[in-house]
Amino acid sequence: MTSAAPAAALGLEHVTCAFAARGGQGRYIAVRDTSLAVGAGEFVSVVGPTGCGKSTLLNVAAGLLAPSSGRALVHGVPLSGINARAGYMFQSDALMPWRNTLDNVTAGLEFHGTANADAVPKAREWLTRVGLAGFEDRYPHQLSGGMRKRVALAQMLILDPEILLMDEPFSALDIQTRQLMENELLELWSADRKSVLFITHDLEEAISLSDRVIVLSAGPETHPIGEFAIDLARPRDVAEIRMQPRFNELHESIWRVLKAEVLKGYAQSRR
Amino acid sequence: MSGTTLAFGQALLLFVLFGIWYVLTETGVLAPFFFGRPFKVMQVIWTWFASGKIYPHLAITLLETILAFAVGSLLGLGIGLWLALTPLASALADPYIKALNAMPRVILAPIFAVWFGLGVTSKVALGVTLVFFVVFFNVFQGVREVSPVVLANARMLGASKRQLLRHIYLPSAMSWVFSSLHTAVGMAFVGAVVGEYLGSAKGVGYLILQAEGVFDIDTVIAGIFVLTVFALLLDFIVSRIESRLLVWRPKTAETEAM
Repeated sequence: MTSAAPAAALGLEHVTCAFAARGGQGRYIAVRDTSLAVGAGEFVSVVGPTGCGKSTLLNVAAGLLAPSSGRALVHGVPLSGINARAGYMFQSDALMPWRNTLDNVTAGLEFHGTANADAVPKAREWLTRVGLAGFEDRYPHQLSGGMRKRVALAQMLILDPEILLMDEPFSALDIQTRQLMENELLELWSADRKSVLFITHDLEEAISLSDRVIVLSAGPETHPIGEFAIDLARPRDVAEIRMQPRFNELHESIWRVLKAEVLKGYAQSRR
Repeated sequence: MSGTTLAFGQALLLFVLFGIWYVLTETGVLAPFFFGRPFKVMQVIWTWFASGKIYPHLAITLLETILAFAVGSLLGLGIGLWLALTPLASALADPYIKALNAMPRVILAPIFAVWFGLGVTSKVALGVTLVFFVVFFNVFQGVREVSPVVLANARMLGASKRQLLRHIYLPSAMSWVFSSLHTAVGMAFVGAVVGEYLGSAKGVGYLILQAEGVFDIDTVIAGIFVLTVFALLLDFIVSRIESRLLVWRPKTAETEAM
């Protein structure tokens, strides 16, 4: 495994996360001794069986969760508190239901003290970019799942974070909407290459989006067990790239590693 | 059933109930001395409004209600937010808040009368003790129920502690507060009327107390009707404010008119 190189935009060094076990007896170790790095401008996906502690790793990188041991590094500097250089896209709906689309997108700028007169045009611009011009006055409950994800994307990107942390952001969407969103994400990402740490349980999604795929073991005591460089040409179309022979080769070799863990995870969930 | 037919049906039901009441009291099945006479009651109400005798009393009762409602809600909101966000304080205060809530607070009315006299203040104080807990518990719950994802998202977007309070906790608590405001308005009204009933020189509760003293059951019932109508009116106003302020809250099956 690579430990965080000095040039890495984001690094996790020997991160272990232990939680008090349910019932109060002993500890549950979700993540054990995990190190990984995301280079500047690199798109890294982390795949693993469901419930293996992927989100825990992301929360450590975001500064929302302090690891039991180990540390997170941002451009080589140990992280304390919230990771101000990162944007976070959550798996479930994270929009403020009491704010309409426009006000949700301006929220980040507002929190940073930007005047409304500057924030609003910028938010409109972002809404246009994610294809939601004309929906400024809608409240989250009036939008479809895919639209809410677009709002969340605009809400995150308007702050121009250097690092994007994405926690299965499209897992709740239907397959067509999902591929559209993935393509849009790639397009936005290629415009100004941000460093992305993308969590998913969908191997195809991971391969089609990423430069590098990291495979995690089944929990508890999750740790990386494999790492694969994805040498597919960019720009990519996530629907078309799945037809390429190279895609299938990569899929096969990663799946060989992942499959055992998925079965382990499944066996545990049935116990 | 369409809206107008339903309204007609509801009016008809009222008419029928009055008819039954009228027949039962006129035929002597129910003694008019105890149950009043519908036309007498309406006559009393008419004279009250025609002569203007009721207005100062109504004004006092409504003033007490609104003050109790406002003060109780603000206190409930403030203390609810504070306790919900300070676990130590809430853990310390928990048994006492439960005890105060369990106590039948109407028995405080005589004490308030001694402390604050027979004027408006003692009624407001009683109403506040009733309103406070309704709002308090809802705010407390509202803050506890804030979605951790929404909270984490706001933190990632750079919200400070103050901004979290202003932009996350408060709006989240407000939706709970509004669902409690209907109960709270009712409680404020109860505080005002019960306070007046137990000792006052003005107010609709005072009118009822006076009438009861001379066994004038028609006037007592008239007072009850007037109070009921105004309670409904207050409830209606709260509903209007609620739907104005909570546009963001999802309703089941919402379509847009084309």
